[in-house]
Amino acid sequence: MSAAESRPQPPRLAADLVRARVAAVPDPELPVVTLAELGVIRSVGLAPDGLLEVVVTPTYLGCPAMPVIEAGIRAVLAACGHADGRVRQVLAPPWSTDRISSEGRRKLAEHGIAPPGAVDAPVAVRLGLGARCPHCGSMTTRPQSAFGATRCQAIVFCTACRETFAHLKAM
Amino acid sequence: MTVDDPGRAAQDLAGYLLGLGDDALVLSQRLCEWVTRAPTIEEDLALSNIALDLLGHARLLLGHAGVLDGTGRSEDDLAYGRTERRFRNTLLVELPRGDFAVTVVRQLAYSHYARLLYGALEHSTDPVVAAFAARAVKEVEYHRMHATQWTVRLGRGTAESRRRMQAGLDRLWPYAAELFESDEPARRLHAAGSAVAPDGLRPAWDEEVAAVLAEAELTVPTADWRATGGRAGLHTEEFGPLLAELQSVHRQYPGASW
Repeated sequence: MSAAESRPQPPRLAADLVRARVAAVPDPELPVVTLAELGVIRSVGLAPDGLLEVVVTPTYLGCPAMPVIEAGIRAVLAACGHADGRVRQVLAPPWSTDRISSEGRRKLAEHGIAPPGAVDAPVAVRLGLGARCPHCGSMTTRPQSAFGATRCQAIVFCTACRETFAHLKAM
Repeated sequence: MTVDDPGRAAQDLAGYLLGLGDDALVLSQRLCEWVTRAPTIEEDLALSNIALDLLGHARLLLGHAGVLDGTGRSEDDLAYGRTERRFRNTLLVELPRGDFAVTVVRQLAYSHYARLLYGALEHSTDPVVAAFAARAVKEVEYHRMHATQWTVRLGRGTAESRRRMQAGLDRLWPYAAELFESDEPARRLHAAGSAVAPDGLRPAWDEEVAAVLAEAELTVPTADWRATGGRAGLHTEEFGPLLAELQSVHRQYPGASW
């Protein structure tokens, strides 16, 4: 009998308790927010075959962080006594930044990443009102590059404090 | 064989998606060549981000093609296990990266096309294709914006940037035509509602791109020939070295994953 087999299995936690634990897993690329706050988790519950199933939606197609996210969830499932649980990816309806919770937005801003606006927001009248600078709060900012450190971020320049900052682009 | 033979419909769609997946994969590889060579560090990030998006698209498209054609080939099998002759990408995406203007022109042509194509595929009767397109369309929207802004900036920039943009347009224009080539399988898929025949997208593409070029004060080229052959597996001389590099790690470490 191998060591793994002899190790006592943790007791199987009920689905709602597992749900809370899965929800709290940090995003690997933006660890200040959890998977639930980012809107990646669609559901956590028992599948018809009695196994615990976590349904997730990738932020970007072929997102390179997805295997890390799945491994993180599976580790939580195992720790909750559901080593036989599974992670299932669904693409529809597509993920959108509108799925980021208000708590998630607050945490992003606190950590220097300007949160995204609403996807279908009307185009703003441009009088220097850009994404709010997370450093000084000014809105006299201008886009520097639509592409940043990860696929979901853009780079914005603040003309008030002259810092550049990351902005999670509405998508 | 009946008109609505499900086996043939799946084969048709597999072949169609293979072409689109190969376009995304090969263009992604070409864009990666800019890393550390782009004009600014922001541009390094932009082109590598776009390349990553396209790689994500290729993974979905090739993976689904491998399911539909019944061979069970994975995205890796298809990307790393095929020879040149088996690739179905258009010649436009495999052309050498050229100077920055050539890359901008190619992005302009491809991103406007991809935006129109994925917008139409959102309504595919194949749920995987529809879900893929609904997401991909948002990503290529950013690529289109990026290419459009550079086109205007370079077209209205210096005499040299303008000369290079026009030269890039004149060189690539005949290749853009291949994106809109429609064959019999594409027309069958179109009739069945699972995909669109790309020739129908050309008028909207012409109109959109012409509007960008007008704003950039560049001239819409008139092509006296059109590229063809890529979708049938006939590629340019430059494609071999591109593929050798793309597949080099897999050849040294077959089956490796990380």
